[in-house]
Amino acid sequence: MPEPRLTAASLAATDLACLRGGRLVFAGLSFRLGPGGALVLTGPNGSGKSSLLRLVAGLVPAFAGTLDWTGAPGSIAYLGHQDAVKPALTVREALRVWAALAGVGAGEGAVDAAIAAVGLEGLDDLPGRYLSAGQRRRLALARLELGRAALWLLDEPTLGLDAASVARLEARIARHRAAGGLVMLATHVPLALDGAGRLALEDYAAEAPL
Amino acid sequence: MSAFLALLSRDLRLALRSGGDVVAVLAFFVITVVLFPLGVGPELALLGRIAAGVVWVAALLATLLALDRLFAQDYEDGSLDLLMLSPLPLEAAVLAKALAHWLLTGLPLILLSPLMAAMLGLEAKVWPVLALSLLLGTPCLSLIGAVGSALTLGARRGGALLALLILPLFVPVLIFGAAAVEAVATGLTARPHLLLLGGCLAAALPLAPIAAAAAIRQAQS
Repeated sequence: MPEPRLTAASLAATDLACLRGGRLVFAGLSFRLGPGGALVLTGPNGSGKSSLLRLVAGLVPAFAGTLDWTGAPGSIAYLGHQDAVKPALTVREALRVWAALAGVGAGEGAVDAAIAAVGLEGLDDLPGRYLSAGQRRRLALARLELGRAALWLLDEPTLGLDAASVARLEARIARHRAAGGLVMLATHVPLALDGAGRLALEDYAAEAPL
Repeated sequence: MSAFLALLSRDLRLALRSGGDVVAVLAFFVITVVLFPLGVGPELALLGRIAAGVVWVAALLATLLALDRLFAQDYEDGSLDLLMLSPLPLEAAVLAKALAHWLLTGLPLILLSPLMAAMLGLEAKVWPVLALSLLLGTPCLSLIGAVGSALTLGARRGGALLALLILPLFVPVLIFGAAAVEAVATGLTARPHLLLLGGCLAAALPLAPIAAAAAIRQAQS
């Protein structure tokens, strides 16, 4: 089933620099991402993959440089290292709360679709505390289905996922891109992403400490 | 508005399902008040004289008990990131969380206060003004506490730091709250004290969410 097209949006970064804990993580970083584009961030631990994703999401300010996002401000979905799953809330309740917080009035149909997209059917009334690490990750990934954000920022999305779930994620990313969506992701696991750009963050490591 | 209500109901549900927190706060309140007759002796005249202050100090300390986890859990599990990315302004999210904190601690404390007042031998005519002063004062405590809770995000031993940071700021609320009860007990009007308490609330209601939201943004970057 082809998804309805997303409004065309693009992301451009010019000369970005990020400062964390008094240390310049990267500097002089520029890239451009158009509709349907994907950008895979690579680099050793601490090279700033997560920092770049948080910066693009708007969670941390850039130390220098500009970031130009032409889509709606709310049209960015961010999946961090943590799953934000509450032990006391069921899968269905968690998705309902996330939908309301994202400002999308998701009906039960949308919640069902999000649960099905990550293969958590039958577990929808299970509280978060009984989910395995992989299942919690899948619940966090289900959030991407709510609200149809144009830009997905995924930080190690495959953390804890089994092979079937990784394949499902690859298919979902392909569908999202086919509909004109953008993806930026940091991963240590090779993912099948056709024509994805690569950004090696170690090339932008700041040479001298400030 | 629906995002505000969703966050409020989520926090209430989380607290009621874990249960222990709400019960712990109320039990702490009751036990602290009960300790006073044991410490100063069962003389009703003396207890009645200090009752308002005792109930107020106990309420203040009990409020503090649940404050250190107001943002800490959302901070640790990544939910705070999602709150910051939500179209709901962070200030409104802080207000929703402070309101949930008040509904779970302040409101039950107010309902318990006549019982505590009776136990300490406070005259019955003074109970309504005690409850009224708590009704105006405890929302201030939740709001000011939210600022402290946001400021101590990510700090090790945040709980102890929070108490040091917040207790001095609770002092005006304590003074006016206890003075309102004292005034009625001595036959004066509580009106000026209650007006001042209302003033504290009117100032804290817009300012505390702004300050707490700024502190959260600082902690996240």
